[in-house]
Amino acid sequence: MADTFQNLLLGFQVALQWNVLGYAFAGCVIGTLVGMMPGLGPLAGISLLLPATFGLNPIIAMVLLGGVYYGAMYGGSTTSILMRIPGEAASVMTCVDGYAMTQNGRAGAALAIAAIGSFVAGTFGVIGLMLLAPTLAALALRFGPPEYTALLMMGFFILAYMSGGSMPKTLAMAAFGLLLGMIGIDAMTGYTRFSFGVIELGDGVGIVPVAVGLFGISEILMTAAAGEGPKVRIPKFRELMPSAREFKDSVGPIARGSLLGFLIGIIPGSAHVISSFVSYGLERRLSKHPERFGKGAIEGVAGPESANNSAATGAFVPMMALGIPTGPVTAVMIAAVMVHGISPGPTMIQNQPELFWGFVASMYVGNVVLLILNLPLVGLFVNLLRIPYAYLYPGILCFCILGCYSVSNSVVDVWIMLIMGGVGYALRKFGYDLAPVALGLVLAPMLELSLRQSLAMSAGDYTIFLQRPIALTMLCLGVLLLLLGLKPLLSKKKDWRSKVGLDEVPD
Amino acid sequence: MSLPRLRNDQLSGLMLLALALFVGWQNRAYPLGSVQEPGAGYTPLLIAVFLGVIGLLIALKGASSEPLSEMQWPEAKRAAMILVACAVATYALEHLGYRITVMSLLVFFLGVMEHKKPLAVASVAIGFSLLSFYFIGTLLRVPLPRGPLGW
Repeated sequence: MADTFQNLLLGFQVALQWNVLGYAFAGCVIGTLVGMMPGLGPLAGISLLLPATFGLNPIIAMVLLGGVYYGAMYGGSTTSILMRIPGEAASVMTCVDGYAMTQNGRAGAALAIAAIGSFVAGTFGVIGLMLLAPTLAALALRFGPPEYTALLMMGFFILAYMSGGSMPKTLAMAAFGLLLGMIGIDAMTGYTRFSFGVIELGDGVGIVPVAVGLFGISEILMTAAAGEGPKVRIPKFRELMPSAREFKDSVGPIARGSLLGFLIGIIPGSAHVISSFVSYGLERRLSKHPERFGKGAIEGVAGPESANNSAATGAFVPMMALGIPTGPVTAVMIAAVMVHGISPGPTMIQNQPELFWGFVASMYVGNVVLLILNLPLVGLFVNLLRIPYAYLYPGILCFCILGCYSVSNSVVDVWIMLIMGGVGYALRKFGYDLAPVALGLVLAPMLELSLRQSLAMSAGDYTIFLQRPIALTMLCLGVLLLLLGLKPLLSKKKDWRSKVGLDEVPD
Repeated sequence: MSLPRLRNDQLSGLMLLALALFVGWQNRAYPLGSVQEPGAGYTPLLIAVFLGVIGLLIALKGASSEPLSEMQWPEAKRAAMILVACAVATYALEHLGYRITVMSLLVFFLGVMEHKKPLAVASVAIGFSLLSFYFIGTLLRVPLPRGPLGW
């Protein structure tokens, strides 16, 4: 423990340097603005800034991109609460009760609870990262290919069970994402699959153009006939104070969301998106008045917001300790560090302690910066949403094109983005959830590799997944959720998801 | 089951089934290997089969979904215009260069689609393209495409 605090002290010596503080501040501001703009989530923001970090030292690069990441997580909640537009996928659940609170005249309280929940969860996540990373890394190192296969399968079933709407549709979208992930060179045999003669597809389909197309372009296409966007009512500063009752009702959801989000965040294959869905479902289940959910329950804002911020921090545990990305954002951040010749993993913590501990300390600083920024300056940030939509959407489209092009300086990525935008638009019209597509794409290589390695280990015997306790437990849990999800389909009864209004969640 | 009587889940389920069949067909080019040593075509086939089954399930259970004829597409025309404009811009990006392409794209969106005043259109189009090129291309050193005249 003494070592930990000594290392943390070293980290603060790094994080509190003026230039590092300046970049942390800049990252938080950029992230908040990016998160507020529909179509530009944390992934697009980080991708756009990635080339700019090549000239910086690795600590500053990590601090800047980390600031963008958790700034965007908070920024996304602002538009969810005020306009029912999720700035990024993890904020979808916040739309339900956050926007209902706005309609009830409690927008200020919802924003304040979201900010406080994000701060508490972010700080909890950083403490968890600092204290638990070595232990969890050791545990995760015991995972072999069968455990990883079972873990990833379980992640998909959790996603399907917890997502709004139809379970078969969610599973179909996950399968679609997995198929997209099959494009490119097969790592084990060297075959180039489904490239249709396009050389650039040999490297596979990148997550950035797919995510920007599915979430950004499709959003603009869906609102093409909407004219002016919804009116934004900016809450006054004095309205930001939640009532004593709202505070009391939020304590439990924030605590549970922080813990749940952190645990889900460290599991490769899960992400802040899932954590916010799970947290919402949990709070709905635990509530004595579940009928309030969907109509402005503060717990429906506090839980998911805390969970997604804690998960965002938790995702750094496997990234820093093992060098494993848990999602597209951490994958891009690993790329940012590797440009400087540093490979994240156990050796980085030993050999470059100032980088690891400087990053951990900068996350504390970033959380404070976000709390200071987001509560008093929410009115200032929301002015961005007052730009007439007729001017806003062409600008966003240009940023999307620019962001996708700049990742690998390839026009093929822009074409992929446009195709996925059109596909995403059609899928949304037919009531499909798009988040599983992105998750499937990211996890496809890991799932394929672990499945094939498992079969190679067992000489083709599928019972290897039943012979290993950890894998068996995860598979049983996944199958249980699958059966629970299919039950209403067979019995025509409504399950808890329709009761809580998840089927009414906007895309 | 004639096309106009189809319901949206039935159509989307059948489309997913068609996609699965297409992937399965394309997958013939890759070796499946054996269960002991799966080849390059093994996992795509597994996923395609899964997608096909789910697509069929969606189609079969789709009788209670909204009829296709009742689906509303009020934004479809403008959405198609936006997509086509972006596609033309993408093609032009490496031929005309970033600045001219983005300028033209913004003129189309603001002037043609949104009917904004010429001065506002010109200010936004020129300002956005030059400033974004300066920040992203010059300051952040992203090699954005240039046209024949260095633009």
